[in-house]
Amino acid sequence: MQDFGQAFTLAFQLIVSADPTLSEIILLSLRVSLSAVTIASVIGLSIGATVGILRFPGRGALIVFLNALMGLPPVVVGLLVYMTLSHAGPLGWLHLLYSPTAMIVAQTILVTPIIASLSRQVIEDLYREYREQFLSLGVPPKTAVAALLWDARYSLLTVALAGFGRAVAEVGAVIIVGGNIKHVTRVMTTAIALETSKGDLALALALGLILILIALSVNTTVSLLRLSASNSAYA
Amino acid sequence: MRHYPTPRLWCVRIVLSLTLGLLLSGISQAEERFIILQSTTSTQNSGLFDAILPRFQTQTGIEVRVVAVGTGQALKNARNGDGDLLLVHAKPEEEAFVAEGWGVKRYDVMSNDFVIVGSADDPAGIAGMQEAGAVLRKIAQIQGAFISRGDESGTHKKERALWKIAAVDPLKASGTWYREAGAGMGATLNTAVGMRAYTLTDRGTWLSFRNKADYTILVEGDPKLFNQYGVILVNPAKHPHVKADLGQQFIDWLVGPEGQSLIAGYTIAGQPLFFPNAPGG
Repeated sequence: MQDFGQAFTLAFQLIVSADPTLSEIILLSLRVSLSAVTIASVIGLSIGATVGILRFPGRGALIVFLNALMGLPPVVVGLLVYMTLSHAGPLGWLHLLYSPTAMIVAQTILVTPIIASLSRQVIEDLYREYREQFLSLGVPPKTAVAALLWDARYSLLTVALAGFGRAVAEVGAVIIVGGNIKHVTRVMTTAIALETSKGDLALALALGLILILIALSVNTTVSLLRLSASNSAYA
Repeated sequence: MRHYPTPRLWCVRIVLSLTLGLLLSGISQAEERFIILQSTTSTQNSGLFDAILPRFQTQTGIEVRVVAVGTGQALKNARNGDGDLLLVHAKPEEEAFVAEGWGVKRYDVMSNDFVIVGSADDPAGIAGMQEAGAVLRKIAQIQGAFISRGDESGTHKKERALWKIAAVDPLKASGTWYREAGAGMGATLNTAVGMRAYTLTDRGTWLSFRNKADYTILVEGDPKLFNQYGVILVNPAKHPHVKADLGQQFIDWLVGPEGQSLIAGYTIAGQPLFFPNAPGG
């Protein structure tokens, strides 16, 4: 295959020309995956903090279960969400199938266990360190949780980035519930799958390179935020 | 107690409001004048929709949202009510769909034909043969690699019908020389080219396919390789949310003079991909 060089040139041309269709696809990818990660973070961090701090029967089993859910196959999640949102399904009356909202729902389901599991570990470790102090100072539970989340924020940010990586890279779920409809639900990964099936491998790879660039820029933005935050903290 | 300097909160606030903005921008996008068309990978991969749908949208303001899956999945999705229209290519299944009350009426739209493609060295020596059944029998005899769609699509159904004519049961050899890709037309062509195997494809997808390598059409022209596309409105009596008015408007346009001439005018390298054949067009 001699398409590699061609793909790099194509990717460069696509970025320089600011192709409107491509911008639309990139923006939708970001919108869907960032929304999913935001919602998943709210749910996942709540679960992670609860399971990380509290001791209750069945906790060990729950942790194993959450860890296993990190390996949810996207295509299965897509199928379940499709069957739920289909007009023949229980939530069909919402008319959400083949919309970006359906894609956000599917990715949220994929990402929540990742954020819940990883944050549970982070918070549990930190809590072990802080526990004595909290007890001796008589810190109320709410303040304790807030302090744990705040002090673990950099690790938790990395957790959120892991979730974002999963969301933005998956194709199995969004292609089923979104339908890869042009101008409506076409995102980077489904566009790559489509160009591959058209046999336009150079264009598909070019889109892939741009997707990697997007992931890189999201991660860079987060690192810069982190850097500026820690600089100002110790200034 | 630690103090939290404002710049940090600032950053957090910016990021939060950005994501919230992204979230909300999705909810406000309510466009009602659209219809969902369940269709096949072959029509999408051939580029036909990109060529004709913008014209319809300019004229009527109706957006046609195409979900391209295999014919089997398209029929299933339409049965679930997840679409207003169906444009596929498996006439017996389409007629059953209408007979069972899921669709209102089936209209012939266009046709093209299937071809058997293979590498230039053609190990089974099928190039130029006339009868599709004899071709498949020959491939089976030398156990030449053959990639099947294996996904209940219209093309897959056609391929199985051809194996029946050849009086060969390829499933016995599944996993050896007969390989079921379980994928769309384009993906199957990629696999065939990669494995140097023969495969059956519709002419439309083949002409627009960009990864041909040394592959060419080896067999064509058998009347049994005819490929008919039909369009059906999903029955609003079964699924009340179906946009029957908009859907019928699209059907009338597609089988009318305008749609038919646009289909005829869609060519790649001077070759037409589909031949319009609606009775009234």
